[in-house]
Amino acid sequence: MSPLRRFLRAPEAVAGAILLAALIAMALSASLLFPGDPQAIAGPALLPPFQDWSLPLGTDRLGRNVLAELFHGARTSLAVGLAAAAAALVVGAVIGTLAGFAGGLVDEVLMRITDAFQTVPSFLLALAFVSVVGPSLGVVVIAIALGTWTGPSRVARAEVLSIRERDYVAGARVIGMHPMAIAFREVLPNALPPVLAMSSVIVAAAILTEAALSFLGLGDPNRVTWGGMISEGRTVLRTAPFLSIVPGIALVLTVLGVYLAGEGIVETTAVRRGLS
Amino acid sequence: MNRALTLLRRRLIGSIFVLLIVVVGTFLLLEAAPGDAVDAYIVSTGGDAGMIELLRHRWGLDQSELTRLANYLWALLHLDLGQSVTFSRPIRDVILERLPNTLLLMVSATALSFGLGSALGIYAGARPGSFRDRFLSIGSLALYAVPGFWLGLVLSVVFAVDLRWLPIGGIETLASDKTGLDRAADIAIHLVLPVSALGFIYLALYLRMMRAGMAEVWRQDFVLAARAKGLSRRRIVLAHVARNALLPLVTMLGLQSAQMLGGSVVIESVFSVPGLGRLAQEAVASRDTPLLLGIILTSAVLVIVINLLVDIAYAFLDPRVGASEARA
Repeated sequence: MSPLRRFLRAPEAVAGAILLAALIAMALSASLLFPGDPQAIAGPALLPPFQDWSLPLGTDRLGRNVLAELFHGARTSLAVGLAAAAAALVVGAVIGTLAGFAGGLVDEVLMRITDAFQTVPSFLLALAFVSVVGPSLGVVVIAIALGTWTGPSRVARAEVLSIRERDYVAGARVIGMHPMAIAFREVLPNALPPVLAMSSVIVAAAILTEAALSFLGLGDPNRVTWGGMISEGRTVLRTAPFLSIVPGIALVLTVLGVYLAGEGIVETTAVRRGLS
Repeated sequence: MNRALTLLRRRLIGSIFVLLIVVVGTFLLLEAAPGDAVDAYIVSTGGDAGMIELLRHRWGLDQSELTRLANYLWALLHLDLGQSVTFSRPIRDVILERLPNTLLLMVSATALSFGLGSALGIYAGARPGSFRDRFLSIGSLALYAVPGFWLGLVLSVVFAVDLRWLPIGGIETLASDKTGLDRAADIAIHLVLPVSALGFIYLALYLRMMRAGMAEVWRQDFVLAARAKGLSRRRIVLAHVARNALLPLVTMLGLQSAQMLGGSVVIESVFSVPGLGRLAQEAVASRDTPLLLGIILTSAVLVIVINLLVDIAYAFLDPRVGASEARA
């Protein structure tokens, strides 16, 4: 059975894939369906949902179209989540490979640095970094990656430690390959699968961290974020709780989609590797 | 006992290096922040260029970076974190005042997530593949996807705004003269919502770990032996499978402490709990970088201490680990 067929047989994985596909569709169609500034005023303030069909989810405290904000927010969530996870995976894989392959003092120093990053609560680190450098999309991405690269780094190092003793690595040494070339062309690609298996958890964590940062007012002020929407809605929580609840549900569904689809992919490929 | 001491010494030496890296890191962040302590001081008090020059000299800010790092380290050795501009008080005092609230929140939330999470994990893992197993594992995944601050808001809408069963925020009733048990009960009531919001997120983690760990243990030979001896299923689950699957969760307890401290930042701001997390948010809002970095250092020390305690506990719980560590 092909991995794709096996993936399609797992109901959780399919549900995750559908959720993710819907989210990507939302992010891609945001400027087509809702052109212009989503932060512009679109109608009367605090219009409840399902009242006016040109504003299906109503408006917020300032009269902005909630549905348009939701679509544009999907964009920020997805972009930040993917970019931060990619950065964390790349940095983690490279540092883990260096530490594991070089061994000795290099390993010791790199692992103590990893320890230090794991000792500081990653959310506090992100908070401090954004607050010192100033909030923008790129800074938020770096801030999140700063706290998440340690996991991939440890996994990559553990993998590399077992790979570097294999025959083909000894062979590469014998034919006189440069150690750096061995580390990054022979060892790293083979150490990647377990590192990549972490990506769904990392993307999910990055999306949640971005939401928490913007909830505390440290997101990019020029972009709509779901966390920012929840925080905005908080001021009218008693009278219009839906303003906080709707973007929260979007967040939950997004993260759930990432988890389910990611777990589905890992499981189907793991089974395949087990069979071959 | 000797074994545990050896382990403790090794970990302590490692921790000092780690802490040193954290200190250098926070120093670099402090340097990168726009403006220095003098700017912050002048903004709040006013003063001319001569005054700025004088203060920079007096506070040693006109010296080289290396000297300043040395001064910073020297001050930290004396537990001096500097002066908070927003509070006009030593940062150490402000932090120590808020720390107990955060510790209370963290310990309660950890007890909730660890206790309920592992219990539900045992319940699910006792019958792998059953309906309750699938239901709990999907349910926990859904719970894991919920942002803590949002769960907090929803809980407060339901239980504090609509039903009015619980207070909406704070750590205790303001301006009340409750003492002793009355005060403890008052604080407990105030903590129900924040502890639930913080604890439920991590509950899913322990549930899933417990379940996965039990699935591993089920396959081991000693479980088969226990079955062959004719032990009851209940006894096999509790005394053999769950007991062995519980150990990795203890390690997780230490690793999660950093995450939980981070999570308490948002939870404390949602419920206005005057703790370390809320202080961090206040420091960000008022651009008090030295205070923020003081909080980060304190959290790092806290995480190191918690992990040391977990390591020691682990050495007592599992004789194999301590033995190999002590030999290495």
